[in-house]
Amino acid sequence: MARRAAVRAVQRRARGPLPQSRVPIRVKINGVEYSHEVEPRLLLVHYIRDVVGLTGTHIGCDTSNCGACTVLMKGPWGDDWRAVKSCTLYAVQADGAEIVTIEGLARDGELHPLQKAFWEHHALQCGYCTPGMILAALGFLKLNPNPTRDEIRKGISGNLCRCTGYVNIVKAIEAAAKEIREKGSWI
Amino acid sequence: MIPRSFEYVAPRTLQEAVRILKKYKGEAKVLAGGHSLVPLMKLRLSNPQVVVDLKHLRSKLAYIKVAGKTVRIGALTRHAEIEHSDVLKKVVPIMPAAAEWIGDMQVRNMGTIGGSLAHADPAADWPVVTLALNATFIANGGAQRKIPATKFFLGPFTTALKPHEILTEIQIPVPPANHGWSWKKFERKAGDYATVNTAVIVVPGKKGEIADVSIAVGAVHVRPFRATDAEKVLKGKVPNMDLIREAAEKAAAMSEPSADLRGSVEYKREVTKVFVRRALVEACERAKLLKAEEAVVR
Repeated sequence: MARRAAVRAVQRRARGPLPQSRVPIRVKINGVEYSHEVEPRLLLVHYIRDVVGLTGTHIGCDTSNCGACTVLMKGPWGDDWRAVKSCTLYAVQADGAEIVTIEGLARDGELHPLQKAFWEHHALQCGYCTPGMILAALGFLKLNPNPTRDEIRKGISGNLCRCTGYVNIVKAIEAAAKEIREKGSWI
Repeated sequence: MIPRSFEYVAPRTLQEAVRILKKYKGEAKVLAGGHSLVPLMKLRLSNPQVVVDLKHLRSKLAYIKVAGKTVRIGALTRHAEIEHSDVLKKVVPIMPAAAEWIGDMQVRNMGTIGGSLAHADPAADWPVVTLALNATFIANGGAQRKIPATKFFLGPFTTALKPHEILTEIQIPVPPANHGWSWKKFERKAGDYATVNTAVIVVPGKKGEIADVSIAVGAVHVRPFRATDAEKVLKGKVPNMDLIREAAEKAAAMSEPSADLRGSVEYKREVTKVFVRRALVEACERAKLLKAEEAVVR
C-alpha cells in the first residue's frame, strides 16, 4: 500500500492530481432513478446486473457479437431511444441516460406486445437470447414500424439465437409490429 | 472480460479535451462511440491510462450539413445517423449505403464516423468510402488543420493525427448529380469486418466517357488505398467490359493482402478483382455509361 501511495505521489507530481478514480453516475432504469459511484471500467451490463440487480439482461459472447446484452437507451446526448449492446459501453457513458431492460416492458401484469408475440409464436427455445432479441426488435421497430420480413432479418442481424429459432422470431416481430402499430404505442 | 483500470474524464469543451490529451501525451485515448476502443480495452490490446470521453461534445460535433458544394459531417455523428440521413441519400448516396453495412444496428447506434476513421482499422468501411470521395479531415489540437483522406491513413491503426489532435469534421466535395457510385463489401458473416471492401465513384463526361473515376479498396493492404493504376485504365475512356476487367486486375495487383482467418493471399487477391469489377459495373450503370446487357458477364 505504501508503495502504491508513493507511486501515486510521483504520478501526481509528474502531471498534477489525477481525476477521481470512482465516478458518480445517475441512470434511470425502467423508470427508477439510480445513482452510484462506479469504477470507470465497469461495463454497463455489469452495472445493470450486479449493481442494480436486474439480471434479465444477459451476457453472451462479451465481444459485441451476440446481442444478448441489448438494452434500450435514450439520450442524454441528443439520442432518441435506440438499442445498444450494454457489454460495449462503460456505465459512465450512460450517466444521465434512460434505460429500458426486459424487466421494464410488461405493464400492470400485462406482457408487452413483443413478449406476447414471442410467446404465441414460440419464438424461443432456451430463452437465453430472448431479452436481447426483444429489445433489439423494439429498437428496430422504433426506426422502422412497418418492416418487411427481410428488413426484420437485417434488423436483428446483431442478435444470435443458437437454437435456430429465427423463423419464429421473425414471425413474432412481424405480429408485434402490427399490434404496436394498431395500439399506437411502442413502449 | 474486464479492461485494466483507467481514469475517466468527460470534458465539456474541445479545448479542454485537447488540453487533457496534451497533458497525458500518448497515455490518453479518445472515446467517441467506443465501439472500436471498448472491445480493444476489454481484450487488453489497448490499455490507456486515461480515457477522454467526448460525449459532451455531441451537441457541437454531431451534424450533417450541406454548405454549397461541400458536405460537412461532424466527427461524432453516429453511423445510424448517416444511414438514415435523407440529405445524404440525395447528395452522397454511397454514404448511407455503406453505413448500412457497418457492424449491426446496435453498433451503428453508438459508433461514430470520426471514431472509426481515427481508429483506422485497415478493414474498416469509412476509410475506403472517404478515400473514394476525396474527403478532407479537420483535426484540432489547439489549432485547426486540414488533412486530405489520401494522406490520413498511414498504416494499421495509424493515422496522420498527432496524439493530442482530435478529428472534428469530415468534409466531402459533393459529387456531380449524375455521378455513378458503388459500395461492395464482402464479409464472412453478417456484421463482420470486410474480407475486401471497395468504393467506386464515376463521373460521366459528355461523350459517354468516364470523365473522372475514383476507386478505393480496403482490407487487402496495411491501409486502405486508391487503386490509381486501375483509375488510369478507365479515365477518359468509354467503358466496356474488357476495360473494366483490365482495371479490376490492376486494382487486385496493387493489393498486398495478408493471409488470415478470412482467407489466403491468393484468395483475397481474387475476391478483390471480382469485387472491384462488380463495383465498376454497378457504378458505370448508375452513371448510365454501361447498359445492363453489356454487363451480362460480371
